Amino acid sequence: MKFIKFLITGMLFGIVMAKSEAISWYRIQEMFRFQSIHMYGIIGTAVMLGVLGVFIIKRLNMKDIFGNPIVIAPKEKGFWRYVFGGIIFGFGWALSGACPGPMFVNIGYGFGGFIIIMFFGTVGTYTYGVIKDKLPH
Amino acid sequence: MLDFILGPWSWWFSGIIISSVMFILLFFGKAFGVSSNLRTMCSIAGAGKRVPFFDFDWKSQVWNLVFLGGAIIGGFIAKHFLSNDDTVQISVNTIADLKKLGFQQPTGMQPMELFSFENIFSLKGFLILALGGFFVGFGARYAGGCTSGHAISGISNLQLPSLISVVGFFIGGLIMTHVIFPLLF
Repeated sequence: MKFIKFLITGMLFGIVMAKSEAISWYRIQEMFRFQSIHMYGIIGTAVMLGVLGVFIIKRLNMKDIFGNPIVIAPKEKGFWRYVFGGIIFGFGWALSGACPGPMFVNIGYGFGGFIIIMFFGTVGTYTYGVIKDKLPH
Repeated sequence: MLDFILGPWSWWFSGIIISSVMFILLFFGKAFGVSSNLRTMCSIAGAGKRVPFFDFDWKSQVWNLVFLGGAIIGGFIAKHFLSNDDTVQISVNTIADLKKLGFQQPTGMQPMELFSFENIFSLKGFLILALGGFFVGFGARYAGGCTSGHAISGISNLQLPSLISVVGFFIGGLIMTHVIFPLLF
């Protein structure tokens, strides 16, 4: 039962990603061609509210439902991993039209091709795990 | 009201809900980040025995897989219960640009040129999806996060690594769209 809240939160995420067309390959193409505000509006609105909300959480020292302070773990120090990793991710995002969340929403939506994308996404993650010590971070 | 639900949802409403999802997870004591699930899946498949990167307590990440399960169900609900015509409402300029690359007028959520049953099992179609997926999975883990973990959670927390990553996402996406696409299609 303790997992049902995550199931419902995931459903909310899946529904809104699909209904706002953020899972569409076309919308990612439109974004990378700067031809609509749509995706920038989605990400921009989420980030603006996110910055504001995280600021309030920190200011008021808000706690989670278990009474623990809410802390967002900082990312590791580094530069090249974020540049190279980011660029490689961007190649895949534009090519497949899906970042990891929409991959799964699309499977539920009925597009079987995203099972191929998800499978090779897992292969890519595995490959990173194998060669990570040889890569600049 | 029914038209509002069945039609496409506006970007501002979507942005509000997505940031709400992040806050709901924070109040549940978790962090919003989808791509780490791919690492968990490697770990469940037994990769931890051979590769140290996957040797961690994946049971602590089951909540995130449940979240993903919910996202799949959410996609199903959106398609079957909350849509009448799901043809994307993209810009006429994008449609015109894509026509030059051989993509027809959109008739739904995804282009049939890439996602029809025949195309995903053609050699070229399969390779495009496989390579796209590989780049997403490799790049997300290399950069330590994807759109949810870096662009939404990370920037909300004003983290410099996340800002660098998102700039990287766009450099990669722009190169793929404007330089490599004309060679592929």
